[in-house]
Amino acid sequence: MMGDIPLSVLIASVLAASAPLIIIALGEMITEKSGVINLSLDGVVLFSAMIAFVVAKETGSLTAGFLAGGLAGMTTGLIVGYFSIYLHLSQVAVGFALSLLCRDLAYFLGNPYSRVQGPTLLASKLPFYDALPQSLQKILTQPLTVHIAFALLAFLIWFFKSSRTGLQLRSVGENPAAAFARGLNPNRIQMLSVLAGSFLVGIGGAAYSLSLKPGWGRPQGAEGVGWIALALVIFGSWQPMRVVMGAMLFAFLQVCGIGLQGLFPSIPSQVFQTAPFPLMIFTLIFMHYSTRKTRKHGEAESGLHKWLGILFMSRAPKSLGKSYRQQ
Amino acid sequence: MEVEFNNISKRFGTVQALTDVSLTAQKGTIHGLIGENGAGKSTLMKILTGYQTKSGGDICIDGNDVNLKTPGDAAKIGIGMLYQEPMDFPPLTVLENFSLGCPALAKVRFKESLQHLSTAFGFQLAPHRLVELLTVGERQQIELLRLIHCQTKVLILDEPTTGISPAQKKLLFPALKKLASEGMTILLVSHKLEEVASLCDEVTVLRHGKVTHHTKAPFHFPELLQAMFGNVPEQQKKADARKTGPAAITMHSIETGGERQGLTLESFIAGEGEIIGLAGLDGAGQATFLRLAAGLCFPKQGKIEIAGKSVFLPADRLEEALFTDISLSDHFSLRDAGNSFWQKSKHNKKRAEKGINAFSIKGKPDSTADDLSGGNQQRLLLALLDPESDVILLENPTRGLDIQSGQWVWEYLTKTLSSETCIVFSSPELDEILHYSDRILVFYDGEIVLDSATAKTNHGQVAAAMTGVSTGKE
Repeated sequence: MMGDIPLSVLIASVLAASAPLIIIALGEMITEKSGVINLSLDGVVLFSAMIAFVVAKETGSLTAGFLAGGLAGMTTGLIVGYFSIYLHLSQVAVGFALSLLCRDLAYFLGNPYSRVQGPTLLASKLPFYDALPQSLQKILTQPLTVHIAFALLAFLIWFFKSSRTGLQLRSVGENPAAAFARGLNPNRIQMLSVLAGSFLVGIGGAAYSLSLKPGWGRPQGAEGVGWIALALVIFGSWQPMRVVMGAMLFAFLQVCGIGLQGLFPSIPSQVFQTAPFPLMIFTLIFMHYSTRKTRKHGEAESGLHKWLGILFMSRAPKSLGKSYRQQ
Repeated sequence: MEVEFNNISKRFGTVQALTDVSLTAQKGTIHGLIGENGAGKSTLMKILTGYQTKSGGDICIDGNDVNLKTPGDAAKIGIGMLYQEPMDFPPLTVLENFSLGCPALAKVRFKESLQHLSTAFGFQLAPHRLVELLTVGERQQIELLRLIHCQTKVLILDEPTTGISPAQKKLLFPALKKLASEGMTILLVSHKLEEVASLCDEVTVLRHGKVTHHTKAPFHFPELLQAMFGNVPEQQKKADARKTGPAAITMHSIETGGERQGLTLESFIAGEGEIIGLAGLDGAGQATFLRLAAGLCFPKQGKIEIAGKSVFLPADRLEEALFTDISLSDHFSLRDAGNSFWQKSKHNKKRAEKGINAFSIKGKPDSTADDLSGGNQQRLLLALLDPESDVILLENPTRGLDIQSGQWVWEYLTKTLSSETCIVFSSPELDEILHYSDRILVFYDGEIVLDSATAKTNHGQVAAAMTGVSTGKE
C-alpha cells in the first residue's frame, strides 16, 4: 500500500506498465540466447511503434497494427541477422547504427501522424470476470498485451527448459562449433532466433503506441525502453523469470514515481521520473554483493548463499556476440 | 558399414595437410590410425564427419560415393566422431549434453538411456551436474555414450583414452571390441601403440599427410615406429634423483572444494629441485592441487606458501593458457610487456622468431595460437615460460603429444632449466610419472593416499593406491 492507493490498483498498474517491456526484453533474450546481440533494440521499438500506429490508424484494425509492428521489427532483425551472421560484420556496430537509423526514420516517417487520435487497445474483462473476487477483477482486467506477456513468459520457461528446439538454441549460443559438430546448423538457428526475437520486439513496440502510451509523437514515451530491456536481459541472467522480474521492478519504480509525485508536490517532478534509473543501479549493486561468496567458491552449499546465487547470479551465453564461421 | 577413402587431399592455404590418402576400414573391425603430431590423422577424420571439407578425392560408404558437407549429413548416415578436444557445452548439464544432436531419435527417454549406458560402461555421471565442473575425461565419456546412443555405425575415436583412467580403460576396451563384433566400424586415432595393438585389427600409419604403412594384426612395433617417425625414438634411461633443497612449496591443513571430492590434506612440503609426479584417477584431486599451488583457486581453509616465482601450464592449453586469436609474436610481447606504454613490434617479432627457432615450433610469428597443433602449443608455452621460475606446475605436460615431442618437453624441463627448479606435474600415464619423477604423490577421492620416493615404490603399488586398494576403500 502506498499512500491512499489500494494494493490491487498498484499491482494492476505495475502489470500494465511492465507488459510491453516484458515482451521486448524476452524477445531480445531469445536472440541473445542463440549468441547474437541485437543492439538495434531501442530504435526498433520506436520504429515498430510508429508503423503499428500508422497501420492501425489507416486500416482501423488493431490486429493489423500489431502484426505490422511485429513485421517491422522482424525486417530490422533480418538486416541485423544477415549482416552479423552471414557477413560476419560486428554485431555491435550493425546494431548501433541500425538503432539510430530506425529512431530517426520513425520520427521522420511518422511526423504526419503526430498527435492524432487513433485506435487504442483498451483493458478488457475476462470471460470469467464475474466469478472473480473484487481485487482480482481489478488486477486481471488488462489489455490483451498483458496476458500475452505472461503467456510468453510461461511459454519461454517451458521452451528453454524442456523443449528440444530450446535446448538446440541454447547450445548454439554456448558453443556453435560443437553444435555444428553435432549436426545442427548454427547459422540457421541463429537467424531464426533473431527473427523470432525481433518480431517480439516489434510487438512490444506496438504495445506502446497502441496501448500503454497510445498515439504517436516526438517524444513518444517509449524512448530509452530498448536500452533498459538490454540491461534487463543481462541482469536477468538470460533467464525468462528473472528478466520478467526485473521488468516488473522497473515498472514498479516508475509507478511509484508517479504516485509519490502526487504525495510530495514540492519535489521537482524530474526527480521521480529519473529515480527508477539510479534505483535500478542500486539494485544491481546489491545483487553483486549478495552473490560475492557464491561466485568465489563456484558452488555455495549454505542455504542463504545458495538461494542468493540462484536468484542473482548472472552468466552470459558463452559465445554471445561472437560471429561463427562454419568450416 | 565399409568406409573407403580414395586419394583424399586437403590444403590449408599453402600447407598441404593430406596428400592422396587412401585407406579402407572394413565393417565390424577396429582400424587404427597412427602417426606423430600434425601427421594429418585428425584432419582426415574431420573430413569423414563433414566437419572439414576436402580439397580432392572421394569417400565411399558401402561402395557408394557420398558427399558429406556437414556433420549433420554424416550423422544421418551414422557417422559419429569423438573429438580430441571435447566438443561440448560446458554450461549445460550432463543430460543436456547427452541429448543434443541425435536427429533420428527424438522420442526416446534420454535420462534412462544415459543411466543404462553409464552403468554398462562403468562411468559415473550425474545427469544434472554441469559439464563445466567435470574433467576432460568425464566429458569424453559423455560424448562416447552419446555416440553409442545415437546408433552410430561408423565410430571415430580421436585419442579416446586422454584422461580416462586405467580402470575405465579396462571397461572401455572390451566394450569397443563388442561394438565392433556387433558390426560397428571403428576408426581409432591414437599415439599409444600399446592401445592400438591391443584393440585394432588393422593399422594405417600416416606421416606428413601421406600413408606410409598399412598392416594387419599382429603388429610389429619397430616397424610401426619406423613408419611413424622415420627413425625409432630411444627410450632414455631414468635419470638419477636430483638433490633436494629448502622448501619451495609448503601447504598446511588444506581443505577445499572442487572436482568430485574436493581436497583435504594435512601438510605437504616440496623442496627445491624436486620433481614430483601426481598420480590418481581422473578427478581425484590432482587438478585442484595444482590450481591451489598456482594460486588459481583459494582453499576454504589452510595455508599455502610458495618460495620464489611459480608458473602453471594447464592441460587445456587453448582454454586456459594461450590466446586463441592472438599471434605468436604478440604472445611474446604480452609476456615481456613490463611497464612500457609502447609495443616494440619489430623487436617482438625477432623475439618470437628466436623463440620459434629455439623451441622448434612449427609456426610463424604471425600465425595465431590455434593454428598450432597440440605439441606446438606446448612448445610455445615452454618458450613463453620464464626459465628463471623456481616452481613449475604442469598439468599433463605431454597431453596430445607424440613420443618424440614428449621426450623433448621433458628434456627441456630437466636439462635446460636449472636443477634447482621444483617441478610438480600430473599425468594420466603412470609410466611417465614413474620415469620422470623423483617423488610420487597418489591422490584418491580428494586425499593423498601415497607419498613416496619413486625409487622406493613400483608400478603395482602406485596403481593399487590410485584405485584405492591400499586405503581400504572400495
